[in-house]
Amino acid sequence: MDDRNEIKQDRLAEAQQNQNIAVLSGAQEDRNDWMNDLHIAYKQRKRRLTTAVLMTQAVILVLFVGIWEAAGRNNWIDPLLFSFPSKLFAQLWKTMADGSIWPHVGVTVAETVAGFALGTLIGTAIAATLWWFPFLSRVLDPYLVVLNSMPKVALGPIFIVGLGSGFMSIVAITLSVTVIITTLNIYNRFAEIDSGYIKVVRLLGATRSQLFRLVILPGSFPVIISTLKVNVGLAWVGVMVGEFLVANMGLGYLIIYGFQVFNFTLVLSSLIVIAVVATIMYQLVALLEKRLTAGWRER
Amino acid sequence: MNHDPVLELQQLSHVYVNEKGASLAVEEIGLSVSRGEFVSLVGPSGCGKTTLLSLLAGLFAPTKGRVLLNGELVTGPSPKVGYMLQQDYLFPWRTIRDNAAVGLEINGHKTAQALKEVDHLLAELGLPGAGSRYPHELSGGMRQRVALARTLATEPEVLLLDEPFSALDLHIKLQLEDLVQQTLARLGKTAVLVTHDLAEAVAMSDRVIVLGRNPGHIRCELEIPQEIRFAAPMEARKLPGFQDIFERLWEELEEEDEGRGPNG
Repeated sequence: MDDRNEIKQDRLAEAQQNQNIAVLSGAQEDRNDWMNDLHIAYKQRKRRLTTAVLMTQAVILVLFVGIWEAAGRNNWIDPLLFSFPSKLFAQLWKTMADGSIWPHVGVTVAETVAGFALGTLIGTAIAATLWWFPFLSRVLDPYLVVLNSMPKVALGPIFIVGLGSGFMSIVAITLSVTVIITTLNIYNRFAEIDSGYIKVVRLLGATRSQLFRLVILPGSFPVIISTLKVNVGLAWVGVMVGEFLVANMGLGYLIIYGFQVFNFTLVLSSLIVIAVVATIMYQLVALLEKRLTAGWRER
Repeated sequence: MNHDPVLELQQLSHVYVNEKGASLAVEEIGLSVSRGEFVSLVGPSGCGKTTLLSLLAGLFAPTKGRVLLNGELVTGPSPKVGYMLQQDYLFPWRTIRDNAAVGLEINGHKTAQALKEVDHLLAELGLPGAGSRYPHELSGGMRQRVALARTLATEPEVLLLDEPFSALDLHIKLQLEDLVQQTLARLGKTAVLVTHDLAEAVAMSDRVIVLGRNPGHIRCELEIPQEIRFAAPMEARKLPGFQDIFERLWEELEEEDEGRGPNG
């Protein structure tokens, strides 16, 4: 303990001395070198931390897959129920190679994209209408609260009867999940815009539509984009419920089918596909967010 | 300065009404501002300074009385009246040029020529080449200059200044006072300034109006002597007559405070 303290003291003294020398001799280069060294040391520490995090993540993944594989093969867990990784990947490889998985992926992605894009668009349009007619907003307030508290997927059967069992009713179920919460979030943002900004354009003689176009909408843009991101997640819920109920195509259908024929390898491999596709989708929307809000900065 | 009134307030009273009740903000205000004149309104908080400015801008109609601009009744915001707020309220998603040109856009005058003039205006106000930058890249003082450019871009006849310097550091504030006074004098604009800072009022104005409260009314007016009026605000503060005027204003406000009585 004492030794360590001493070393620390020595180092401090050394650093102090180095600094003094640089200042005394006025040697710009010495000082630059010294600061450069500090910067390099800082970067090394950061890099080491990042490496450690990546390593730990890799170890967790390998351990998880390894233990699962071992447990499945040695019947520590019921392989019929939990399957195991090599079986899953064999299944995935087969369906990818013969191309039978892709139509299912395509349908589910189409439903999800339609769900979150339309949900955000329609929600924003309703929010704009509420903003434009404050009377309407007060009238509709309790209805929106009820609709928002209600589990909207429970409306599923009604959509299926109304729109037929297929793409349309699955998108409708997805919209029922996304639209109301989008409306509430974006309308709240519209109402929260700093009154100073509104005053500025009103004083310059702006009409109500100019106020909306110049202040309210652009001022809410980051919230609209982040709502789009939240809706990606919500849309997946809607699509899964919809496909469970009616579909004969799609990843949700594969899960429910696998469940019915007690093929849990199919269920779990479909889950893996969903995890991958959903992650890609989320990252793409996050990228879109970055692109669209470049130059837009909060103070 | 000639003496035809640009702005006139006639027996102006305003009542704010809300759930709690009705409160009289200003009562029987009569005031006339000549072309090219710089008038300041000072007074304790709650004396209706900002209410008066809002009424002048046509943000809402007075409960009683009239506001006239060039002899015509003011019924709403007009491009002839510019307004500068305490904060800059620049839109963070617009470039400096687009921020300064927002008034032109609203009035449908945003042409390439007009944008060139906006750039010219920005350069005159000490922001050359800043047009394509974003507000967050600018300091508080620079942003308030952009706000001034935004107000001047639509070429208003009258400027209403609602404590535009109060959020700034002292030396930036003094710089901007000089800049605003010079610019307004050069362009021959009429101005009404609301401020808490008595020195600022004396240094910048031709006339200072002291308001009293409960309800807001005009307590007295002070003409600023020629030599202070013609000096730039920074210089005016150093003139021998400055302190006298400042102290007279100070006393007026002290008396207003004491005059409230124990129940005030």
